[in-house]
Amino acid sequence: MAMKARVTVTLKNGVLDPQGKAIEGALKSLGVAGITSVRQGKVFEIEVAGDDKASAEAALKQAAEKLLANTVVENYRIELVG
Amino acid sequence: MKSAVIVFPGSNREGDVARALKLVTGSEPAHIWHADTALPAGTDLVVLPGGFSYGDYLRCGAIAGRAPIMDAVRAHAARGGLVLGICNGFQILCESGLLPGLLMRNAQLRFICKDVFLRVERSDTAFTRGYNAGQVIRVPVAHGEGNYAADAETIARLEGEGRVLFRYTDPSGQLDPKWNVNGAINAIAGIVNEGGNVLGLMPHPENHVDPSIGPTDGRGLFAGLAEAVKRAA
Repeated sequence: MAMKARVTVTLKNGVLDPQGKAIEGALKSLGVAGITSVRQGKVFEIEVAGDDKASAEAALKQAAEKLLANTVVENYRIELVG
Repeated sequence: MKSAVIVFPGSNREGDVARALKLVTGSEPAHIWHADTALPAGTDLVVLPGGFSYGDYLRCGAIAGRAPIMDAVRAHAARGGLVLGICNGFQILCESGLLPGLLMRNAQLRFICKDVFLRVERSDTAFTRGYNAGQVIRVPVAHGEGNYAADAETIARLEGEGRVLFRYTDPSGQLDPKWNVNGAINAIAGIVNEGGNVLGLMPHPENHVDPSIGPTDGRGLFAGLAEAVKRAA
């Protein structure tokens, strides 16, 4: 038995994101209309052993805090997806 | 001075810094593999060299900052031992929690490889005693993520405690956004920890030590460290 999870890491508000800005500029130059802002982040697709939701969430929180996110500038969100 | 250079998979400046240490201080450093768990007995200075540890995967320095040897480096730092992180080494120090803040993508989004000018902010530290306060030195940078950032409270503390040792300036030592190559907050190029024994800096002083290939402004850092160790003995 294994569970699938997704951890999404995004930059905190107010942290300058030069990559997002460059993508935003490229979209403008491609003529994609209506986009006012782009912020780049990361998505981790993770499999967790067992079927205990609480212990999976605890492991994922530890993973996010210890390595996946740098909480100085990044936020993370954990979702169990099946 | 007994030095140890930590080698991670993807480090590539360990030879440069070892050569600089040998040339300036006369003693050859030990090379220590990242998977080791202890430093050689009597190590005075630990160097985290430049490069692309673990391919810069996840974030620069993120995985190296959690490598097995880092517990020994943390213990060495906690004892007051000297730690010098250059370029990727600075990123590793931030990711390992030994220094606050982190290094973001350069504001101009380009990898920058050229000589820059640094103003040495104070001369009363182990790392800067080989220079005069206010002295401007010329050393190279080679990085894509050197844009120092931290929250306002951390920056205020670093500035208030005089922990910014090097800043990007123009050749005369004046602050100028044009000469702040990577957009670092307050033009910060190098900072020390609270104890003053752990320095992280983005530029490469180890590459300007040999008169046969150019300027020698980097020598002061290594000479100063050797002097500091000698005086402490």
